[in-house]
Amino acid sequence: MTDETLLSARKLSLSYGMLPALVDVDVDLWPGEMLAVVGESGSGKTTLLNVLSGRLAPDAGAVWYRDPDGHLHDVHAMPAPALRTLHRSDWGFVHQDPRQNLRMNVTAGGNVGERLMAQGARHYGSIREQAIDWLTQVEIDAGRIDDMPRTFSGGMLQRLQIARTLVTHPRLVFMDEPTGSLDVSVQARLLDLIRSLVTRLNIAVVLVTHDIGVARLLAHRIIVMQRGRVVETGLTDQVLDDPQHPYTQLLVSSVLHA
Amino acid sequence: MSQVMLRTTALAKSFTLHLQGGVRIPVLSAIGLDLHSGECIVLSGPSGVGKSTLMRSLYGNYRAESGHILIRHRGEMVDLATADPRTILAVRHETLGYVSQFLRVVPRVPAVDVVAEVPTGRGASQDEARRIATDLLLRLNIPRRLHGLPPATFSGGEQQRVNLARGFIGNHPVLLLDEPTASLDAENRAVVISMINEAKARGTAIIAICHDAEVRDAIADRLFALTPLQDAA
Repeated sequence: MTDETLLSARKLSLSYGMLPALVDVDVDLWPGEMLAVVGESGSGKTTLLNVLSGRLAPDAGAVWYRDPDGHLHDVHAMPAPALRTLHRSDWGFVHQDPRQNLRMNVTAGGNVGERLMAQGARHYGSIREQAIDWLTQVEIDAGRIDDMPRTFSGGMLQRLQIARTLVTHPRLVFMDEPTGSLDVSVQARLLDLIRSLVTRLNIAVVLVTHDIGVARLLAHRIIVMQRGRVVETGLTDQVLDDPQHPYTQLLVSSVLHA
Repeated sequence: MSQVMLRTTALAKSFTLHLQGGVRIPVLSAIGLDLHSGECIVLSGPSGVGKSTLMRSLYGNYRAESGHILIRHRGEMVDLATADPRTILAVRHETLGYVSQFLRVVPRVPAVDVVAEVPTGRGASQDEARRIATDLLLRLNIPRRLHGLPPATFSGGEQQRVNLARGFIGNHPVLLLDEPTASLDAENRAVVISMINEAKARGTAIIAICHDAEVRDAIADRLFALTPLQDAA
């Protein structure tokens, strides 16, 4: 158990006009840890994800990332090319809509191989081999490698996005409602897949979800947000089974049990 | 003299229900308990007295309100009442096992992998972990043809035995068992009793909730009685 965080944020604040989206938010993430951010729509959780990943600048506060050599980087003070490099190598981003990340006019294999090529891989045979390996890992038939993503179902597109993201072995992946747009039957399969891949590869994840069942199955720790503030945080099962804050109690008691 | 593995002092727990006008329900107060290695304590008291609440507090599933929960982890006493989440997870990983009344797992994962997850999480190879998990499932009379299926489709008794296998496979030095035999037939109860007694012989310290008198007599070294608290004024 290392004591050094992979990602730390302090006193993040951001307003959209009069509307506070983040108010004094602190976040710590350790290597290999899954952190879920839950809350209803408009609670600021996607804003938090975008600020943590450097895609959106906060009005105040800072985000620090520790690189593999142990050096700390102020994410919002990094030059844009350095941040882009980080997003292409150490980091990954899984969107709710896979079309935001995938190139729909490039083959499935091309989508996976592209991230490797962006990292400098040049050997075609090896890139194709790794693409096949990753398609198999996300349970897409290797025979579909030359097919266009538009011929894929929603669940397959999401798995293709995950293959594209994980092929470069990132240390940190940001996920925005990765199962949000999928049928329930497909969701369970994807959850299982994310869980086993992330555990095996020891990837740290910040996962935004409005589904506390998803948070329970995947996350070690949880952050509950309401109107831009963190109202409760802690061990996932403790926060969900013994919620202290009125809003968390409301959130947990509002879930329908199948 | 055997070592104290778990000690609570002045442990208290109440629930504040904000959605019901902030009503406060006290459940546990001044719980002082010493559990030694190789010992099994069975919690006793009427239904609703807080036995499961105590178990869940000991596991860190419920947040202790005040008092201490000291557990011997890597040779040192760690206070679970104040430990940070990562420390609690490390204690659960190595030291503290828990068999809940109900199995809660990822929907699609086969029974054998539900059980094997504990050893693979500690670095065992998949084959080795599956082999140990298979042996344990067979011992608990889960037929081989079910091992590859997700437990969601199993009967209540079968799910409970998968849960028991998952709880016992880790050989945690401290084990919490919440109604381990509630939906089992006589044959499987006997298997669980012998598994518990073997664990005790290895030095495992156990706290159990168990309404079945026969099982209780077979495993308990002593009883710990909980008494109902007065309702808040």
